[in-house]
Amino acid sequence: MLMAFTLYSLIQTAILCTNAIAVLHEERFLSKIGCGVDQAVGGFGDDPGVKAQILNLIRSVRTVMRVPLIIVNSVSIVLLLLFG
Amino acid sequence: MDYSTPQNVFRQRKLYPNMRLRNTSIDGSDGSQLFDDTSGATPASQMGYKNQQAGPESAAYPGQSLLSDPMSNLAMAYGSSLASQGKEMMDKNLDRFIPISKLKYYFAVDTVYVGKKLGLLVFPYMHQNWEVNYQQDTPVAPRFDVNAPDLYIPTMGFITYILVAGLALGTQNRFSPELLGVQASSAFVWLIMEVLAVLLSLYLVTVNTDLTTIDLLAFSGYKYVGMIVGVVSGLLFGKPAYYLSLLWCCAAIFIFMIRTLRLKLLSESAAEGRLVRGARNQLRMYLTMSIAAAQPIFMYWLTCHLIR
Repeated sequence: MLMAFTLYSLIQTAILCTNAIAVLHEERFLSKIGCGVDQAVGGFGDDPGVKAQILNLIRSVRTVMRVPLIIVNSVSIVLLLLFG
Repeated sequence: MDYSTPQNVFRQRKLYPNMRLRNTSIDGSDGSQLFDDTSGATPASQMGYKNQQAGPESAAYPGQSLLSDPMSNLAMAYGSSLASQGKEMMDKNLDRFIPISKLKYYFAVDTVYVGKKLGLLVFPYMHQNWEVNYQQDTPVAPRFDVNAPDLYIPTMGFITYILVAGLALGTQNRFSPELLGVQASSAFVWLIMEVLAVLLSLYLVTVNTDLTTIDLLAFSGYKYVGMIVGVVSGLLFGKPAYYLSLLWCCAAIFIFMIRTLRLKLLSESAAEGRLVRGARNQLRMYLTMSIAAAQPIFMYWLTCHLIR
């Protein structure tokens, strides 16, 4: 009943989740559900709301993590090829 | 340091009687201050040209033949200054990643605080005042305020939980040393995931709170106390006792978390108990409730496999 979690599986989960967020396509998907760049939420009131926060989070993750994700993914591909 | 001198050393050493006398006087003061064994290795390479005269025995007694030499003095002074520089740099860089000075606040506890806090964790129903006292904008150290979060109890609780889990597995003949590591990393990963989930939900709901990550870590670590109580009573008195004590501790942790988080997450008026309408306050209330409700779930999840 106890899932044998290790720190390695946590790292794996983190990499996979960030990959999933980074892979979302702007035009085909995000605009359709109202997350596009041109639909930027400009509300500076003190209550941005949950949806605006999620959009902000997705956009910032995509902007920040693009390049490090490339590096991390290449490293993990090489490691998995070498060590299985 | 090797003080025994076999006969052949004396024969080779009599070329340098003065050096030997000087060495024994310096040995007492320097040998205890500096690193004993490793300092002989590095200056020995620089003293190579001298070793040709002293013969092979200098390799066996590097400290004694080198301490009086100015070159080795310089080398050792340089080495110790390098070491202190390295230590400084490491401290500075470590402070950037793990805020050590802030961590010290969470470990400023004493026995009275720990006793009272443990009592609160198991029986929070009589406590009236849940506010954290502030002293000029900084929270008072846990030593002086029962309501302040600390990291001592969660750390000790985590370690004790792993040991008790090993004990429980041992009584069922399921123990092996690797299982301890598996338990430890599992519980640790669950803790990290819970803290990350709480951080994410706090970000999404845009709560302006002064809860830091370490505070959340401390609050999530308080449930180990209840888990330990449950498992120990289950080991001592059997399964019904385990369920009863776990139920009691779950309820206690639930009330504890709600009363503690209520003051930090909810707005002023809502925290005082008045019914405040509004979607945002409702969201905050749901958030508090779900954080508090996640604790009993984790408590059960992490201990049920230990009691069969």
